[in-house]
Amino acid sequence: MLRGQNKKMSFNSIKNEFAGRSMVTFFGAFLILLTLCLVFFIASKGLATFYHSHLSPLEFLFSTQWKPDREIGEGGPAVGAAVFIIGSVLVSSVALLISTPFSVALAIFMTEISPGLGRKLLQPTIEVFVGIPSVVYGWIGLSVLVPFIRQSFGGLGFSWIAGSLVLSIMILPTIASVSADALRAIPGDYREASYALGATRWQTIRRVVLPAAAPGVLTGVVLGLARAFGEALAVQMVLGNTLRIPRSLFDSTVNMTSIITMDMGNTVMGTAWNNALWSMALLLLILSFIFILAIHKIGKRRSSVK
Amino acid sequence: MKIKSRTTDKAATAFFYMVAGAFVFLLLLFVGYILYHGRERLNLHFIFSAPTFMKPGGGIGPQLFNSLYLVVLSMLITVPIGLSAGIYMAEYAKPSPLTRGIRFCIETLASLPSIVIGLFGLLVFVNATGWGYTLMSGALAVAVLNLPVITTISEDAIRNVPSSIKEASLALGATHWQTICRVIIPSALPALITGLIMTAGRVFGEAAALLYTAGMSSPALDFSDLNPFSYKSPLNPFRPAETLAVYIWKVNSEGIAPDSRQIADGASAILIIAVFIFNIVSRFLGRYLNTKFSGTTK
Repeated sequence: MLRGQNKKMSFNSIKNEFAGRSMVTFFGAFLILLTLCLVFFIASKGLATFYHSHLSPLEFLFSTQWKPDREIGEGGPAVGAAVFIIGSVLVSSVALLISTPFSVALAIFMTEISPGLGRKLLQPTIEVFVGIPSVVYGWIGLSVLVPFIRQSFGGLGFSWIAGSLVLSIMILPTIASVSADALRAIPGDYREASYALGATRWQTIRRVVLPAAAPGVLTGVVLGLARAFGEALAVQMVLGNTLRIPRSLFDSTVNMTSIITMDMGNTVMGTAWNNALWSMALLLLILSFIFILAIHKIGKRRSSVK
Repeated sequence: MKIKSRTTDKAATAFFYMVAGAFVFLLLLFVGYILYHGRERLNLHFIFSAPTFMKPGGGIGPQLFNSLYLVVLSMLITVPIGLSAGIYMAEYAKPSPLTRGIRFCIETLASLPSIVIGLFGLLVFVNATGWGYTLMSGALAVAVLNLPVITTISEDAIRNVPSSIKEASLALGATHWQTICRVIIPSALPALITGLIMTAGRVFGEAAALLYTAGMSSPALDFSDLNPFSYKSPLNPFRPAETLAVYIWKVNSEGIAPDSRQIADGASAILIIAVFIFNIVSRFLGRYLNTKFSGTTK
């Protein structure tokens, strides 16, 4: 009888615990499988440039020769992606320079100056900004920003600065909300100690709260940079997409995501041209990994300080 | 000296108010601009009729339908997987290499550019499956894009359930899994629903991951044909399906209609309105469910 009860118990325990537990564990592990799968597929196409078309990775990264349709007689296709890589770096870094001060100021307002307004007004505003689709940002950039730049500064209007401005608004919510979280996590004792020493609120923010929250703010900046690097359509719509390294902020240029978006559809799979696009996708993937590793490094430094 | 620091403090405060004000003003400007320019197109004809080729007056009916259908399909795929993974991370995961690995993968997947996910979709869901550009491929690609988001939302929602509730259930003799199903998930439901609707709103506006998975064309749809296996049926998930966001991008880059500017204005207005609807619904539903489940009237 005791034995029968045991058997029943074990059947119940399978039904009530083991099955469910196995299922959720499987789906947890599935995420790893999915990531590996993704890396494998993108890498298998992205590396073809190097082992199939026999191009050295250094040439791909540093050569500005982009003649993917050159005839064999003239030396074969040249797929140096430096122009696109430099384009991505320039556009994203200026976007970051514009966006960071603004986002950090916003985060300070939300946490230190007026938490009430921050919660009731700015938090919903940020959420709406996050929700606005990237094509809509691109469309506003195209129909408002580009003509404005054309009229005020001359040129085509499609430019480096147009891309950076559109991106800076798109990454603002990311940097602002991560920074706000970091500022909120600073213990109140810090502020009280500073006030007790006679510091004003601004002195407290500048000398105590911001330095203490710096690693968290930096995490937000890296996440913003990751987003800026990967954004495709909004940037493609305002950048102008001419194959050159811009000399001024008002020159049109091109970046990695734009060239992938535009050329992937009209090149044949397996050609050097197409493979080079996949190599750029692989580069974007590797950059994502680097950004996440950087955030982990920052996080570790933060926990060792505490 | 003291006066000076006080003045600086006042100036700093004023500056921060200005930044916050400018930010809110920017949003109003944005939304106002889009709605103002799209106002002429916010009529039933534009919303429900099919686009026309090379002549003005086309609508966005099929694109709007495709967007909605894609949201439903991709959420059907992501939610069970993401919720399960979230439950694992919140309830079962111990500090082990596996857990660290999953966490790292979630973070990486979340930071991947959507165009890269779209290209992965092109390789696997379009080419390897042999389907070609289909709504289903698009839904799967977007599912991959959203999986880390939904997992994180689920994990946070479950972690925020007070442990006293969980302990009460365990003390009554329920197993861990029974506690999860009958106690924790219902208590986490308001936060879950809010998060899921917000994510659905994002799927609605996604374009980069769909260019090379769901495709940039929409075959003529026959809305009276409800057989999901017929090629003309809107319910058939194995047909090319351009969504609204992709359409905005395409009319700008190709300009196949003379009134492409008006179409983009109108479609952007619809997208913005949809974002607001998703935002407001999730907020109210979350609040409503919260009061309903917690049993307080506050």
